[in-house]
Amino acid sequence: MAREKPATVQIESFADHHVITQPNPLRKVLRRIAPRDLDDPVARAEKALAGLSGEFKNWMTIEADRLSDAHAAILRDGFTDVTRAELFRAAHDIKGDAATFGFPSAAAAAESLCRIIEHAPDLDEVPSNLIAHHINAIQAIVRERTKLDTAATAGELSKQLRDIADVFLTQANRDRPEHLEAVLAPSIAPAE
Amino acid sequence: MFRIDFNKLRFLVCDDNPHMRRILRTLLHSFGAREVYEAEDGATALEMYSHYVPDIVITDWSMPIFDGLELAQMIRQPESKGNPYAPIIMLTGHSEKRRVTVARDAGVTEFLAKPISAKGLYQRILNVVANPRPFIKTKTYFGPDRRRNTTNTYIGPERRLGGEVEVMTQPSLLDKARSTV
Repeated sequence: MAREKPATVQIESFADHHVITQPNPLRKVLRRIAPRDLDDPVARAEKALAGLSGEFKNWMTIEADRLSDAHAAILRDGFTDVTRAELFRAAHDIKGDAATFGFPSAAAAAESLCRIIEHAPDLDEVPSNLIAHHINAIQAIVRERTKLDTAATAGELSKQLRDIADVFLTQANRDRPEHLEAVLAPSIAPAE
Repeated sequence: MFRIDFNKLRFLVCDDNPHMRRILRTLLHSFGAREVYEAEDGATALEMYSHYVPDIVITDWSMPIFDGLELAQMIRQPESKGNPYAPIIMLTGHSEKRRVTVARDAGVTEFLAKPISAKGLYQRILNVVANPRPFIKTKTYFGPDRRRNTTNTYIGPERRLGGEVEVMTQPSLLDKARSTV
């Protein structure tokens, strides 16, 4: 879309706000197509994504190792702003990416870990096993992915971790209504 | 029925995770996009935003130092030299309703929760291209109209005051931004 001729912006001013309408600069990239047009960009993109799938296991291993490294730093140095942020980012990336890579149970376990990091009143008071179990579960899910009978086990493992984490977070936040509401609120993430 | 000519669009993708950038690049190129610029943090993205003047920004939320929310806030500066109107799609693993509200209040145009899908991304892009919303400027907000629907049955307090309408025109900020490149 690089260079366009000057467009005018219309501004309607009210007592406490302005409404600014500019001609749609992207309108020209829209084209009408015939109903029988067979080109499907979404299907094309899904096919291209499937073409990347051979790399997903390796990517997932890298992400899981990054999470373990972040946990090792916490075991060594304790929770600091830096170590906490790195653990959260590593878990958060797995939460967002793992389902795309074909590891939905790892995503679920990572989400549970993110909730602990985000909503625990004091991370030093979180039972250390609870965090370690999440990280070990994610490693195991990634490592055992190729075994056909592990999918159900991985799903059950993630669910149990989430249940235990939720009990802990609900109890720990009983006097913190804002966090309690966030812990109990449903996710808006698309269903699998 | 409409289709987007992706080869005429310029994208800026900002995500600190190289795997997610690769996924996004693959999807956008498959849609037909040729110009996809990538940044791995908000500060670099802001610099690239000024330099390349992308048509659409797709950004992660959680990034070190300068996150996607701050990037959106920096872009949505009505007095800035750059284009404050570019559509911003927030693609994030944050999946709580509260986060959507915070992103909306930072001026984000569309919110897409991970896991990413080709269909979800395409629909968000189609929406920002085909259905741009007017911008609202108040003392505390500058960004796309946060009201996506109007209803005649609303009975709560009116948060926007009316008053006499004054219509004025000004040269396009978008054009001004591009002329500086």
